[in-house]
Amino acid sequence: MSEAGAVLEAGAAKTRDERLDALLLYQEVNEFNAAYAAALDEQRLMDWAEMFTEDAFYVVISRENSDRGLPVGLIYCDSQRMIYDRAYALAKTTMFAPRYLRHIIGNLQVFGEDGHGRIRARANYALIQVLYDRPEAKLHQVGAYHDLFRRVDGRLKLCERRCVYDSLLVDNALCLPV
Amino acid sequence: MDGSGNGRDTVLLERQYLWPGDLTEIPDWVYTDEPIYRREVERIFHGPTWNYVALEAEIPNPGDFIRSHVGPTPVVVARAKDGDISVVENRCVHRAAEFCRELSGTVNEFICPYHQWTYDLKGNLIGVPFRRGVGGKGGMPPSFNLAEHGLRKLKVSAHRGVVFASYRDDTEPFADYLGPDVLREFEATFDGRKLKVLGHYRHSLPGNWKLYHENLKDPYHATLLHTFLVTFGLLVAGNRSLMLTDKSGRHGVMASAKSDASRVAADAKKEMRAFREGMSLREPRFMDFVQEFDSPWSVTMATIWPNLIVQREMNTLGIRQIVPNGPHEFLMKWTMFGFESDDEQMTRHRLRQGNLMGPAGFLGLEDNEAMKFVQDGMRRVPDKRHLVKLDAATEAGTADTLISEAAIRAMYKHWRREMGL
Repeated sequence: MSEAGAVLEAGAAKTRDERLDALLLYQEVNEFNAAYAAALDEQRLMDWAEMFTEDAFYVVISRENSDRGLPVGLIYCDSQRMIYDRAYALAKTTMFAPRYLRHIIGNLQVFGEDGHGRIRARANYALIQVLYDRPEAKLHQVGAYHDLFRRVDGRLKLCERRCVYDSLLVDNALCLPV
Repeated sequence: MDGSGNGRDTVLLERQYLWPGDLTEIPDWVYTDEPIYRREVERIFHGPTWNYVALEAEIPNPGDFIRSHVGPTPVVVARAKDGDISVVENRCVHRAAEFCRELSGTVNEFICPYHQWTYDLKGNLIGVPFRRGVGGKGGMPPSFNLAEHGLRKLKVSAHRGVVFASYRDDTEPFADYLGPDVLREFEATFDGRKLKVLGHYRHSLPGNWKLYHENLKDPYHATLLHTFLVTFGLLVAGNRSLMLTDKSGRHGVMASAKSDASRVAADAKKEMRAFREGMSLREPRFMDFVQEFDSPWSVTMATIWPNLIVQREMNTLGIRQIVPNGPHEFLMKWTMFGFESDDEQMTRHRLRQGNLMGPAGFLGLEDNEAMKFVQDGMRRVPDKRHLVKLDAATEAGTADTLISEAAIRAMYKHWRREMGL
């Protein structure tokens, strides 16, 4: 089903209960994204890694590559184990200048369940970065999350997050995930 | 006559560039001064050099084109109807418009959007609207000859699917340009298998473009900065390794053979702050090395003067193209590739291992940060010198120890000759 079609169907939920269910799910995904942004902003990377399922796929990919069907990503993890390794390496071993980050997530759309117990959603994101030696906060990356969520022990987890960024050039380096 | 008159001015309004002493110290102005940069564009990027512009795999069919650069200068690389590859400046001869705006695509001809001047795929001017005017009035002078007004065409040379361009007609043949030792390493990576492009990275880097060459002619840093390399035995002081340069000093290949980290000598570990005893990955196959090359080295980083890096980091393969943008900044375009013969599992492996490199790579982001720090240091505490004294017994050239800066000195020996400095 096209995303627009899914939106129409979600909007056309007939009963009040169905509409309430959709609203609760929307709110749940919204809260998930807020917690996700907070984990990254506070650089609690192991908490960030916990937000994925064991079989998760996480990629940060340029729109240029994505539009051309090219698979290369700035970060490319095809299991939660790789996401943990990324979190561990950034926290413990990787050298980069100190910085403040703000992940702003908005324009959430929840498209409902896909029949395999997965919830499809999309949101826009902006990553704003402040380096300690530069005065201004700079828009470091802007893009969209293309997500699949699944419930694990009743709680939402990401089984897929494709971060497709519009920014053509990365300003020097992407030191922390989006 | 001189207003200050105290004779202690250090701010010079016109500067004479004199290299201080020998090659073991490099003055900051090499990296920071605009006139030096402008001469580099003229004498190096537009000089007798072969500049990487594209992979043939990116323009497989007639009409395919891709935007690229030679130094800072935008060019278009296209495959003409007869299969030839042409490289032309992306600048209309009429009013200078940068006519090609798409990153890549397929066309029959190039049409400047401003006044629709039309060029064939080799850059010949084939159409000027209203060339004869309307109703006998206006138009170009009768003497205007299309054949004399094509796009600026560059000399082209392709080797093993990698395309280079030169502004000069007298640049030596590509194989001679690389020299036998660097050519051998180039051909070890481009071993004849058909390339398959897997995607691009693009980033800016707030540093002088030469720092990127130097970083890859500096094996010393790799043993100290990059925990990933060190801990997993990819490049450790004491590993079998080589820092090769060609005879001219302009090209280099940093090569090393993977070894077992547990065999690293205790004294070497002690010197390497980055060494993390007992660190393990939850997904160790990410660091697997599938032997696929006819080479004793598991890693080679080739710096091909002046704008190309060929990365063969175990099984993650990539081209890095340097696009300078003034003395204080350059852009990098990475083209990551595999081979058409790769199965899905091998492609996956390359993509996973790609986490090492690029502007978010475990190693790549550290390099970008370190080079930024160097430029920051020079800009904020200016007009000093750097030390490149390691392994001074080898004045300039190939070194068989990682604790050496002889390859950086070799590059500057060449650079000074080209720059007349």
